Amino acid sequence: MFTEAEVHVVSDRPVIETAGLWKRYEGVEALRGLDLQVPSGSIFGFLGRNGSGKTTTIKVLLGMARPSRGEARVFGCSPSGQDGVEIRRRTAFVSDEKDLYDYMAVGEIVAFTRSFYPRWRADLEQQYLRKFELPLDRNIKGLSRGMRTKLAMLLALCRGADLLMLDEPTSGLDPAMAEEVLQALVGHVAAQESTVFFSSHQLAEVEQIADHVAIIDRGQTVVSDALDDLRARYRRIQLVFEGDAPEIRVHAPGTHRVRRQGRVITVLSSSSGDAVIQELRGYRPSSFDVSPVSLKDIFLESVRTED
Amino acid sequence: MILLKPNPSSGVPIYLQLMGQVKHAIETGALKPGEQLPSIRPLAEELVINPNTVAKAYRELEHEGVIELRQGAGAFVSDKAPTQQDAERLKAAQALVAQGIQRLRARGITDEEIRRLIEAELAGVYRSGGPRGE
Repeated sequence: MFTEAEVHVVSDRPVIETAGLWKRYEGVEALRGLDLQVPSGSIFGFLGRNGSGKTTTIKVLLGMARPSRGEARVFGCSPSGQDGVEIRRRTAFVSDEKDLYDYMAVGEIVAFTRSFYPRWRADLEQQYLRKFELPLDRNIKGLSRGMRTKLAMLLALCRGADLLMLDEPTSGLDPAMAEEVLQALVGHVAAQESTVFFSSHQLAEVEQIADHVAIIDRGQTVVSDALDDLRARYRRIQLVFEGDAPEIRVHAPGTHRVRRQGRVITVLSSSSGDAVIQELRGYRPSSFDVSPVSLKDIFLESVRTED
Repeated sequence: MILLKPNPSSGVPIYLQLMGQVKHAIETGALKPGEQLPSIRPLAEELVINPNTVAKAYRELEHEGVIELRQGAGAFVSDKAPTQQDAERLKAAQALVAQGIQRLRARGITDEEIRRLIEAELAGVYRSGGPRGE
């Protein structure tokens, strides 16, 4: 039913691949063997606490930092070699700070950026200028945080890039503006067959638009999967007993955490829970609940919270 | 047809939520056999969800025989889609559910508790047979 442009053929070759990536900065190990695979045509949410290595990873992928060890490939090219130019040509990057030339007016920076990119999409430029209601003659310095973000997004979306790399694209935006940015992203992926790789702390947003996620912690990948597979696998199981809950030991694979508190035991399972449920039933609890788990719960369970 | 924004944090995959909505629209007659569904891009933009997720929901609905995907034309409600008759069946079932829920509420069970009990029951927690219909 769908035209070529509508169906996403997620090809076998990942757009981004890293294997055992290490990065040491002034004695600090920012990345400690990071593995990452970003499928082509995906919207990929890149999650982690502050300082977990997200920005370092992005810098390595864009050739702005050299890995100490391990390998990174974007479009099959090495970012730190000669091919780095090719990666930067095909990738649009929006930094967390949304750095723009403050002394220019909106119209000037659009014209300026356009001149660098032969694949610039003038049709999208018109479309997003209207949609984002950006004032052409206003100085960038005087723009609100939301306007600034929308301008940075416009410049990235119009480049005709095959990969959008976005560091916290919606941070500091009100919910309505954030939704506009997300809408632009899903529309862009649907129409342009590009890949979006974005870091975010807004887990509800990630759940809304991402199809794949990776959670990293202290420079290592702790979760990496299709979001639907995570949703299908993770379950929280709660057992209530008449008296004090017994000491239990769960052997089923995929058992993440067992918490025992008074008469209640809570178990988080990442293997759809069936085997765990079988096992736990043997303890004959008086009540037994199984519930799905949100990405936020998975995130909190996967990263270490003690500092 | 009006599809609602799915709840991304419910833990239920969004494509399953979409599939449920389309089936419900057919059962209630909001969508009739032969009628066209929105194409992927506008629907993804309207609901602000991943276009791959919309495509996945449509593929699964086609697999179940609920809709037909016609090359270049779009997605259409299948003539064989479960419709009015099944709607009657479901209406009768819904009455049973309503009765059951009313009785549970009368015993002071909260809606949240009822939801969890049903979820646990479907997961086969209280039976030895395990879940069915998967």
